Amino acid sequence: MTQFLQATVNGLSLAAVYALIAIGFVVIYKSTQVLSFAQPALVLTGAYFVSYFAFSLGWNFWLGLGLAIAIAVFLGLFVERTALRPMIGKPVFSVAILTIGLDIAIRTVINDLIGVDFRGVGSPWLGQWDWGGAVVRHAQVATVVITVVLVVGVVAFFRYSRLGLAMRAAAFDQEVALAQGISVAVVFAVAWGMAGGLAAVAGMLIGTSFAGVSAGSAFVALKALPAIVVGGIDSLPGAVVGSLIVGLAEAYAATYQAGNFDFLGANFSQVVPWLVMFIVLLVRPYGLFGTKEVERV
Amino acid sequence: MRGRPGLITSYRKDISLFRTGTQRLWLVVLLLVALWLPLWMPNDWLVPAGISLFAAIGAIGLNLVTGYAGQVSLGHAFFLGIGAYTASALSTVEGPGTRGLLAYGYDMIIWLPAAGLVAALLGVIVAPVALRLKGLYLAFVTLGLVFLGQHLFQSWRELTGGAGIGRRAAELSLLGFRFDEDGEVFGVFLSDTQKIYFLGFVLLVVMALVAKNLARSRIGRAFAAIRDRDIAAEIMGIDLTRYKVIAFAISSFYAGVAGALLFTVTGFLEPNAFNLELSIFYVAMVLIGGVATISGSIMGAVFVTMLPNLIDFVSDYLPYDPATGPLNTGQLEAILFGLLIVVFLIFEPLGLYGLWIRIRNYWKAWPFSY
Repeated sequence: MTQFLQATVNGLSLAAVYALIAIGFVVIYKSTQVLSFAQPALVLTGAYFVSYFAFSLGWNFWLGLGLAIAIAVFLGLFVERTALRPMIGKPVFSVAILTIGLDIAIRTVINDLIGVDFRGVGSPWLGQWDWGGAVVRHAQVATVVITVVLVVGVVAFFRYSRLGLAMRAAAFDQEVALAQGISVAVVFAVAWGMAGGLAAVAGMLIGTSFAGVSAGSAFVALKALPAIVVGGIDSLPGAVVGSLIVGLAEAYAATYQAGNFDFLGANFSQVVPWLVMFIVLLVRPYGLFGTKEVERV
Repeated sequence: MRGRPGLITSYRKDISLFRTGTQRLWLVVLLLVALWLPLWMPNDWLVPAGISLFAAIGAIGLNLVTGYAGQVSLGHAFFLGIGAYTASALSTVEGPGTRGLLAYGYDMIIWLPAAGLVAALLGVIVAPVALRLKGLYLAFVTLGLVFLGQHLFQSWRELTGGAGIGRRAAELSLLGFRFDEDGEVFGVFLSDTQKIYFLGFVLLVVMALVAKNLARSRIGRAFAAIRDRDIAAEIMGIDLTRYKVIAFAISSFYAGVAGALLFTVTGFLEPNAFNLELSIFYVAMVLIGGVATISGSIMGAVFVTMLPNLIDFVSDYLPYDPATGPLNTGQLEAILFGLLIVVFLIFEPLGLYGLWIRIRNYWKAWPFSY
């Protein structure tokens, strides 16, 4: 039971990280029809700069986080304006591959800055609690709380603000939105800026919940991909539910596979998200909550 | 007809391999140059050149499924890996050095086709997924395939030797003739790299010709129809299931053959080599070279594989020196590689092939602008 509780706690905090990254993906996909493989690069950028300001320079953690978010937002805006604006109207796949190119370029620079060691992020959540035998680290609770707050914030933004309404309209039909006087350019910029900011926070959380920031943090970010596919790539609730499924599945696999299913190989939990994605896609080709594509003949 | 190469008067001519005699002439010149290069090239250029010929086979495979048939695949690394390990396991001779690895000791005449066939078989198994999924979702599944494949390669120690340890790549010994040793061929002394280059050259010419012919056959036209609009293709009577399975099978066959050969140059296989990055390399070859063109696949593969050499070469003439600057050659290469994908997609979606067409059209009309 303790083992189960522990796995659940780990799974939830993992799911929270995936959810933040996944929401960035979905926001970009919904409002710009771009599937951004550059998200891991943004995550890594955010994580590195938090680490740089709060750990290397020893500044206040929140100040460092704020600056890192600002840098990631700026990077998101820059990428959108320079590389993605010229690609409007091009095939979805070309644009997706373009973001892979961006990801490689940005990640190489950041990896060079990070170096070979794990870097701390100087977070204030270092302690841990003992809940009925299960070890709950403060960082894990902080991860879940921050994610819940941000997810609620994003949902509220889309539901209640004028800009959120504009973004929903643009997601629905860009030309009609333009005709209503909505600046689609602003919508695109906001989507990328938002994804950049969320990625920076997610990067910081990866740094606190794992051993620190390293070049490998990008792989954690990549596992948010199966999460959004499970949920359906154009659904915000789907992103959250998908992250929960994937995160918990990964954590349970990590806990129970060793000793019981050794033939599956070491570190099997790392590929569980992809396996879950396979199974879900075979049953539901558009994910759990994704919009089924209607084709006209 | 003479002097009007753009004039096409029959469908047969439109799909012919070479439309004009000039094209044929230049191809012969190009082939001769390619045969002449290894005779004087230094080894640090010849080795990547040989690798690029094998890579071109893989790139053609990816272009068949992604460029011609429009089925996006990020899972090429998986099929390359399957080919590489099949070949290695079949070729390795049982001995004290095999450490319990699978070893059957067959000749190249067996392991080369077998590597392709095993990969093709897996392609057939994966293909049904492509029947249910489209576009980005298919990209995701093939992406997942790379991760699952990598895990399989790391865990299946009898086949791969395990992560960090690896095993030797297949042995290039065709009916007793060794490509991986220096020796005389028809009285001419050739080094091992030269022999490997010529092997790659012959195989590439054959495989490219087959692919080119395939692309202009019934199958190739069915692929193009599916790519352009699958529903329309289906209504015209093209069996989607059949042709998608064929596309994946052929593409995987090419990948298997390429994978089997690629690592024979360095002689070593490590499970972590078959990662997402390798897949992206192949996608980049196709994109940079030219989508849905065979010549483009070859150009792209040569360009992407030779990129480190090109950067080294160019950096001698640039003020920036990778040896002392903050970014080393490998990082510079990665950044340039990423940016090249971006630049080509934005400015020249047809890739190197498109650049070539532009240059050709410029000279065709010279001195007029059109």
